[in-house]
Amino acid sequence: MSDLGARASAEPTADSTAELRQETMIINMGPQHPSTHGVLRLLLELDGETVVSCAPIVGYLHTGIEKNVEYRTWQQGVAFVTRADYLSPFFNELAYCLAAEKLLGIEAPPRAQLLRVLFCEMNRIASHLVWLATSGMELGAISMMLYGFRERETILDIFEAATGLRMNHAYIRIGGVVMDLPDGATGRIGDFLETMSGRIDEYERLLTKNPIWIQRNAGVGVLPADDALAFGVTGPSLRASGVARDVRRDEPYAGYEAFEFDVVTRDDADCFARYAVRIEEMRQSLRIVEQCLERLREPGPVMVEDPKVGWPARLEVGPDGIGNAPSYITHIMEESMEALIHHFKMVTEGISVPAGEVYVPVESPRGELGFYVVADGSNRPSKVKIRDPSFVNLQAVPEMVQGGLVADTIAVIASIDPVMGGVDR
Amino acid sequence: MIAAELAERVRATSPDVVVGRGQAMLTVERDDLLEVLARLRDDPELRLDFLSSVTATDRPGNDPRFRVVYELYSGEHRHRLRVKVGVTEEDPRVPSVTRLFPTADWHERETYDFYGIVFDGHPNLRRILLPDDWEGFPLRKTEELGGVNTRYHGAFIPPVDRRTS
Amino acid sequence: MPVERLEGVQTGRSGGQSEEEVKRGLLLTRLDRAVSWARKQSMWPVTFGLACCAIEMMATGAADYDLSRWGMELFRASPRQADLMIVAGRVSQKMAPVLRTVYDQMPEPKWVISMGVCASSGGMFTNYAIVQGVDTIVPVDIYVPGCPPKPEMLMYGILRLHEKVRTEGRVR
Repeated sequence: MSDLGARASAEPTADSTAELRQETMIINMGPQHPSTHGVLRLLLELDGETVVSCAPIVGYLHTGIEKNVEYRTWQQGVAFVTRADYLSPFFNELAYCLAAEKLLGIEAPPRAQLLRVLFCEMNRIASHLVWLATSGMELGAISMMLYGFRERETILDIFEAATGLRMNHAYIRIGGVVMDLPDGATGRIGDFLETMSGRIDEYERLLTKNPIWIQRNAGVGVLPADDALAFGVTGPSLRASGVARDVRRDEPYAGYEAFEFDVVTRDDADCFARYAVRIEEMRQSLRIVEQCLERLREPGPVMVEDPKVGWPARLEVGPDGIGNAPSYITHIMEESMEALIHHFKMVTEGISVPAGEVYVPVESPRGELGFYVVADGSNRPSKVKIRDPSFVNLQAVPEMVQGGLVADTIAVIASIDPVMGGVDR
Repeated sequence: MIAAELAERVRATSPDVVVGRGQAMLTVERDDLLEVLARLRDDPELRLDFLSSVTATDRPGNDPRFRVVYELYSGEHRHRLRVKVGVTEEDPRVPSVTRLFPTADWHERETYDFYGIVFDGHPNLRRILLPDDWEGFPLRKTEELGGVNTRYHGAFIPPVDRRTS
Repeated sequence: MPVERLEGVQTGRSGGQSEEEVKRGLLLTRLDRAVSWARKQSMWPVTFGLACCAIEMMATGAADYDLSRWGMELFRASPRQADLMIVAGRVSQKMAPVLRTVYDQMPEPKWVISMGVCASSGGMFTNYAIVQGVDTIVPVDIYVPGCPPKPEMLMYGILRLHEKVRTEGRVR
């Protein structure tokens, strides 16, 4: 009895518990998880609550888009690649179409380029809103989920009015865009611009000086610039480490050289810096949208005139979505046999792209989205490789979470903003 | 530097450079790959120190059948260069560039996963996007697209018109 | 006693079936109806968002198309606490065993909504990588087509499921 008493009153010393703390635990943060931004699997080796090492396992959303596109015509490819990184569909379409246009040696008309920039920047805002909503929710600020999606609904309404779909639009096509803005769209976008900057201020009021938000994000997941460049990280994650690299500024495409906007950087290289960069990027995108609206006052064609390339139909948003305009249907069915044959050939056979290869990078909300497209002269792509920024950015995650807590892992992954559709394609 | 100037500069040491659609492409032999990439990275006029992507193309009739394609970018000079290495079907091995560019890790795993090209010296060459026990390399041109008759783990999914559920 | 029907919601039953339903309606006990009503009133989905449809599912749960109207805003992370699995997105071959495991971990009674064409039939991706329809892995109650389906379409599918559950009858 006294022996028990002696043992019970002995303090657990570091020596006596040393044998207990030998092993680390391997925990699976599985593909089905509310906070891993999609189907990302992490194998965490934990010593208590500290992460000793981390191995991301991807591939749970592998769709075979790259293989599938080789079996479809060039125009059908747009509908496939738009679903790769599903939160920034316009960027996928834009890069693919720019690559095809480079191979064809054509350029989209100026108004089409303006529309492309307009929709891409609005898509950037929408994507950052989803990031803000889900990151906030994962770190505990659950109301951010509702605020983020509320603004996103406004943007998606504009997308739906202009393209017929809320997501995965297939609006940007080879040679231009598929149809012009509907009546009243510029008014709606103008209203959206007015309210949006006030809303961004609202998010900042909620989060930026919030002590909980700062404690969870500041100093967490530090990624120095050299490591970031070695890992191939691009986009807001790289700009938060102080490197001012932005494809829109360094290798301008689709007319970006004519727009005024700042490349936003921060120096802290932690999760809070990435948050600040994305918030400011939303404001810069609003600036670009405003400039687009100014220049869109001039009318013009939105698809190349070349009949061998341009999409033949004139489309309109009808009662059941987007479809051929009644005037166009009258034209091909009643007025012109050649137009009917031409439309038929363009839709079934598609365009033929001369042989060659190009690599086209664009600045997606997550980083450098590059399309490496190889053509062999036929009406099908020979190879389409999607260099997705999330795929590369995820390589930096083990480095960033090492030595941190499990909860910090969530913050780090949220701040990288991976979209598994792009990672796995 | 624009593509033509870049090509001239590279041609001084590696002659097989072409410019197509405004983009410069360099073809090297497999044995020279690491040396050429290191030289491209260290040359002060070129400074191609950022590897954007690694992938491969497959032309079954061609010799060599595969080409491994590296996209290089220079942050300092803002120019790009594509480097291609020919790989035959009988010996699909290429030295891994992870020592020079740590970012090549997952890119090379993906290329191995899709095409079956083995990267010598890669620290962890396993499948990345497909299940670990998948058979075959789907992006090769000789592989089918797949679909309703896919067999996996013995499960046979009949075509749509013959399904009961 | 006439079988209660909601206005405007078709239940897809023919004349002969509604005869049977009337008979069954006579046999349905108060307890059965109460339990079925309770089951459909607060059905909790498990978070199984995979791809683009997941974003639309989140939008359905968010403020504009509020799922909380039907008691479903609470997506449970653990399948053991959920009774509805909305398979939202394309299911790859690697994910298929995970899907089945999560389904098996859900306690009875459980229902599955296959959201989007990729989950229902493989969608546009008839290739090596995508399971051509999750009904080859789990039994599906409602198929919601669309790529991705608008939140209103998902809500209609959910309401049809509620109707199905409510009129199911037997307490399992």
